Amino acid sequence: MDIIYFLIPVALVLVAAIVAGLFWAVKSGQFDDLEGPAHQILMDDEIYPEKKDEEKKQEK
Amino acid sequence: MAEQSHQDIQCFHCGLPVPDGLELSVEIDHQAQPMCCKGCEAVARAIVAGGMESYYQYRTEKSTTAKELVPDMLRQTEVYDRAEVQRSFVRQSDENIREASLILEGIDCAACVWLNEQHIKGQPGVLEAQVNYSTHRARVVWDEREIKLSDILKAVAEIGYIAHPYDPSQHHQILEKQRKDYLKRLGLAGALGMQVMMFSIAMYNGDWWGMEQKYRTFIEWVSLLLTLPVFLYSGWPFYRAAWRDIKHRRAGMDVPISLGIIIAFSGSLFAMAGAGGHVYFDSVVMFIFFLLTARYLELVARKKASEHTEALIQSQATTAIRELSGNETEIVAAQELEPGDIVQVKPGETIPSDGEVIEGRSSIDESLLSGESRPCLKQAGAKVIGGGINIESPLRIRVTECGQETVLSTILRLVERAQSEKPAIARLADRVAGRFVVGILLLAAVVAIYWYLRDPTQWLAVTIAVLVVTCPCALSLATPAAITAATGTLIREGLLCSRGYALETLAKVNHFVFDKTGTLTDGQLEIIQVLQLSDDLSKDACLLQAASLEARSEHPVARAFIKSCNTELLVVENLSSTPGSGLAGRINGKQVFLGSMQYIQQQTGLEMKDDQSKKLESGSRVLLSDQNYLLAVYVLQDAIRDQAAPLIDDLRQAGIESLLFSGDDETAVSIVAEKLGIEDYRSAMLPADKLQQLKILQQQGATVAMLGDGVNDAPVLAGADVSIAMGEGARYAAAAADMVLFRQDLNVIFRGVTIARKMMRIIRQNLSWALAYNIIALPLAAAGFIQPWMAALGMSASSLIVVANAMRLTK
Repeated sequence: MDIIYFLIPVALVLVAAIVAGLFWAVKSGQFDDLEGPAHQILMDDEIYPEKKDEEKKQEK
Repeated sequence: MAEQSHQDIQCFHCGLPVPDGLELSVEIDHQAQPMCCKGCEAVARAIVAGGMESYYQYRTEKSTTAKELVPDMLRQTEVYDRAEVQRSFVRQSDENIREASLILEGIDCAACVWLNEQHIKGQPGVLEAQVNYSTHRARVVWDEREIKLSDILKAVAEIGYIAHPYDPSQHHQILEKQRKDYLKRLGLAGALGMQVMMFSIAMYNGDWWGMEQKYRTFIEWVSLLLTLPVFLYSGWPFYRAAWRDIKHRRAGMDVPISLGIIIAFSGSLFAMAGAGGHVYFDSVVMFIFFLLTARYLELVARKKASEHTEALIQSQATTAIRELSGNETEIVAAQELEPGDIVQVKPGETIPSDGEVIEGRSSIDESLLSGESRPCLKQAGAKVIGGGINIESPLRIRVTECGQETVLSTILRLVERAQSEKPAIARLADRVAGRFVVGILLLAAVVAIYWYLRDPTQWLAVTIAVLVVTCPCALSLATPAAITAATGTLIREGLLCSRGYALETLAKVNHFVFDKTGTLTDGQLEIIQVLQLSDDLSKDACLLQAASLEARSEHPVARAFIKSCNTELLVVENLSSTPGSGLAGRINGKQVFLGSMQYIQQQTGLEMKDDQSKKLESGSRVLLSDQNYLLAVYVLQDAIRDQAAPLIDDLRQAGIESLLFSGDDETAVSIVAEKLGIEDYRSAMLPADKLQQLKILQQQGATVAMLGDGVNDAPVLAGADVSIAMGEGARYAAAAADMVLFRQDLNVIFRGVTIARKMMRIIRQNLSWALAYNIIALPLAAAGFIQPWMAALGMSASSLIVVANAMRLTK
């Protein structure tokens, strides 16, 4: 059973990493909008009108 | 037949029926699509021209109609370019790089978010644009050299939405910070708590099967290590609140919570230090985790509610109409006014700053500022306070003091009022919970002494169990959780509660009084018939005079006149209005009157002949006359809203009787009442009559809800048990009402009644559950049958059940 002297500290390190990850996520705004991104994935790529105009000019 | 084709074609953009004979269309995805008005056409064209046609493919709701996209709003946007105005909400990171937060109105689905983001980003000079779908707020970064803020706001209006900047250092922002803070504390408690629970299972096993002391000691130390951050960091909000309660000599529910946590933790420390006995780290973390979850959910609901309140407040008068030399006016921000400026205030608008009346005579409602509930009459020479609301006639005011502080204070007052009022049932629960807490503390002390004398090894466990198992939280959470959930849901649907007691009363309502114009009908009056009664003036000249008289009014009748008059309006002197009846003023030195037959007769003694009035179609009649002759009569009609009839039916089935009170004449009102199946209707009522009838109903024991719109409904709204104002109506009505309906969708009203009733049911369930739980659990704990971990589980579960039950309202 002495293995727990090794395994439990490993678990503690993992937990510390998880908590650090969570704090980072909250701070960097990952939880700011929980609904929008789910829809955004379905939308087309970004379109910039002025870039489109440039493309048209190049075609001419 | 004509009716048929009306119904058949719908506007591709907003879904409203396309009026007969109108042929507007926009090519979308290689197909010509019908449009209902110029506004929608322009918006759809802008969307197509920007290459964002796929918006139409992805949207899940029809767009808001662009018909009402007020040009006023667009003129006002330029105010936001001024440095003085920008100071409060624009951040400058570089010399030319600016950043601002905007509130977006009209967002219904994810496609709207995409459309707005793409469109704003597409503007030259915009560096970054992000729209948050949950909060309907956008963050925009732009280069001041290339684009102005007003251009961005106009760009948003181009695609049919309304954006206005807001000051992010506000209530909602504070709540958002709090939410993030709670999320961290909750996450920490969850992650570490799970570990502690795992170890404690090992230790319970050890109790049963036996366990070597060295492993037990090791696991206890690891549990302590893991519990310490949860105890200190995650539990911190409870200790802080408890300390505040103690300092103010109040017994809040945080006191026994904190006491339970601290005793359990320190008791475990003593046990480890050699006193012997069990450790209760698992109870500590579980307790903190579940309670934080309940608090977090409540906070999220509250934040949602405040977001919408703020959007409402931000959209309100921070601008003023300032007179320039000659006849011109300009729109400026209230902050920019300087002493000596002369401003015009239309009926229904907020007075932008402190000042002195120089022309006009009108009642002003200062109830929000002074607490005086009756409007007071002000005329030339009288002092007015910024933030008061002008009720009936236009005023010219000379500014005496700059307005920023006064306007801000009004806003704050509105918010405070909404939040400070608790419904009666919540106040009762709070009082009970307070006494309950004191009782528990006393009981815990008694139990501790008793068990210490009887069985010293048991006293700690039993005392902890008593402190933890009792759940005043469930008791005091029962009502607020249900109210926040219900308010949040209704706000999402477009109904805002600005008074705490509104929902509780709405659940009890058995009579519903409606105003007609702008409420059951859509308020878009149109002149359908004109009859010349005199040869003195041409048709156009009559219309011009009528429109000029109405120029400063916000009544739907006024809009009909202004809309149909295309020439430049005349100057009117000595304009005075009698709410609900008519207007009078001098045009080119001649006194002219415009109003109902009754009003004209009162003012001039003139009457229409019978054979003339027989020629008129049914509808509201408005007469124009000078002192000696009747000049013309106009018949106005407006369409009944589609949802009006179903609403009346639904209400009847729910046991609520509908009544129609209107200021319009008998014929117009009876047509509407008949179509909708309303038996009890009264016509030609002045605001005072409406109020009187309402009082009679109330004396007969009815609980009355009133749905109204416009300036003349304000006193009636204030008199009803619960009042709902149409959001697009005049602002005064909105300030006087308990609830505001933002969407032009009457179905929401019935939703409101249903949810209010469901809320009361849930509150009752919650309260009985909390009471029953405590009555059973407390004696068991005092008798020593309950282990601390069971107590923690029971109390947390009890809180969670209450919150979860309330959350049913959000569906």
